[in-house]
Amino acid sequence: MRSDGSQPAPLGLKIAAACGLLFLHLPILLIFVYAFTTEEKSFVWPPPGLTTQWFAVTWNRPDVWEALSLSVRVAAISTAIALVLGTLCAAAVSRTKFFGREAISLLVILPIALPGIITGIALRSAFSLADIPFSFWTIVLGHATFCVVVVYNNAVARFRRTSGSMIEASMDLGADGFQTFRHVVLPNIATALLAGGMLAFALSFDEVIVTTFTAGQQQTVPIWMLEELIRPRQRPVTNVVAMVVVLVTLLPILFAYYLTRDGDQIAGSGK
Amino acid sequence: MTSAALNSTPAILPGSGGMRGALSDLFWRRPQLLLLLMLLPPVLWLGIVYIGSLFALLAQSFFSIDEFSGLINRQFTLKTYGDLLQAANLDIILRTVTMAALVTLASAVVAFPIAYYAARYARGRWKALFYLGVMLPLWSSYLVKIYAWKLILAKEGILTWLLAKLHLLWLLDAWLSLPVVGGNSLSVSFTGTFIVFVYVWLPFMILPVQAALERVPGNLVEASSDLGASPGQTFRNVLFPLALPGIVAGSIFTFSLTLGDYIIPQIIGTSRLFIGQAVYSQQGTAGNIPLAAAFTVVPIVIMSFYLWGAKRMGAFDAL
Repeated sequence: MRSDGSQPAPLGLKIAAACGLLFLHLPILLIFVYAFTTEEKSFVWPPPGLTTQWFAVTWNRPDVWEALSLSVRVAAISTAIALVLGTLCAAAVSRTKFFGREAISLLVILPIALPGIITGIALRSAFSLADIPFSFWTIVLGHATFCVVVVYNNAVARFRRTSGSMIEASMDLGADGFQTFRHVVLPNIATALLAGGMLAFALSFDEVIVTTFTAGQQQTVPIWMLEELIRPRQRPVTNVVAMVVVLVTLLPILFAYYLTRDGDQIAGSGK
Repeated sequence: MTSAALNSTPAILPGSGGMRGALSDLFWRRPQLLLLLMLLPPVLWLGIVYIGSLFALLAQSFFSIDEFSGLINRQFTLKTYGDLLQAANLDIILRTVTMAALVTLASAVVAFPIAYYAARYARGRWKALFYLGVMLPLWSSYLVKIYAWKLILAKEGILTWLLAKLHLLWLLDAWLSLPVVGGNSLSVSFTGTFIVFVYVWLPFMILPVQAALERVPGNLVEASSDLGASPGQTFRNVLFPLALPGIVAGSIFTFSLTLGDYIIPQIIGTSRLFIGQAVYSQQGTAGNIPLAAAFTVVPIVIMSFYLWGAKRMGAFDAL
């Protein structure tokens, strides 16, 4: 038995935990203030004045739009590929026991467990050995590879919580394999897939390390930002883009959390 | 439902027939075939794209570069690994490993109170808040986080302003005048690089430590104090040993991510290179892919030993 909440936390622990959380969040909030600053040349604090003109300037920048369009297309296609591969893999691993099952889960996790630079340079040297020129598809190839694990993790967790007796019941009632998949399996795993897909999208949208090795001359949003960080052209535009990126990645994460939040009970195992 | 409706549907439907029915029956009779078909696409993709690339990388590290023409000589040699042992390259490796170790230690110290509070005291709404409070920074954009720190650490930025308000600027100046960790401003010093590394990888440490602490029954801590241990003794002899697998699991991430990162030291830090930067510049501007490949083998080897040690400590159960 745990003595839940029987005694309050020591003050020192409270302060340390609060400081830690503030340390995690204050820097991101700072970005929101800088997006409105009137200062153009430096990062001076406090901002000398506040303005919304940089939103209009950013809106009219074609390079920002091109980068955004490329990022969204790459993320969409990588997510689609990752959804198919991740779900297939999760279904196979969670439903049955077979030789090499451990090896397959390791294979899926490896691209995210090894540092991104290794994945990046490995793909790069493979492209160079096989004489494949950089294109839209070389970026997708890299992104889909490390997005599989996110979908896989979400799907495996849901498959474990879905009782196998539901599938047997469906078969007993005369549904064939495809009907069972369409009417029983899919509704059960749909929210997990949606959550996994959103996280995969956020992961791909934000990825920079692997992308620098597989993109050639093309610019996704993170590569555009990296370029601006190394050789700043118009700092306020970077501030605005940074703020938009924070908001764009925030929403799918909150939504994915909402979708997978109350999944502790096992579907189909109730009375 | 009327009895007529009940009678019209037989208890067991006939097979749906046609191609689809035949296929469905086939999968039912031979589950191995279905399993194979399900596994084939992901295994082919990961096997060819990822494992294939890793082997291409490994192969490259045994090639060498012709110093005059700059072309890659595709013949087996250990010369590239020999180049790795030059003093300048050994410096880079040592610097990176030291940084990774310090970042790991600092992350563990900062993460512990957050994880402990979230595991033992936070309930209901607060629990969700703590969870999101760790997940949101974990998932928000990596580059934006680095950019935020560039804003904070800049000479004219918020940190200098804050220290000036507190009349503590002398402390910052004294720190910056120290030899290795100092520099012109925090954003071009090792101290800056260190802070940003800790910030960016901290959530990766909090989650496994919290998972480990969730499994420590609260009455163990109470028993310890009932038996007369001070809070410090309880921490040293009860909590810390039980949290250790979680800390080791978290350190896998902080250590491995620091070893491979090349963007943080490039944007916030000195001009002295880390392994990631060396790899990047070798394959990019220098065009020496074999040496770049040999450099990436270093973190792979270090991480293999690290993972082997972590497995022996039971860290994988805490993941």
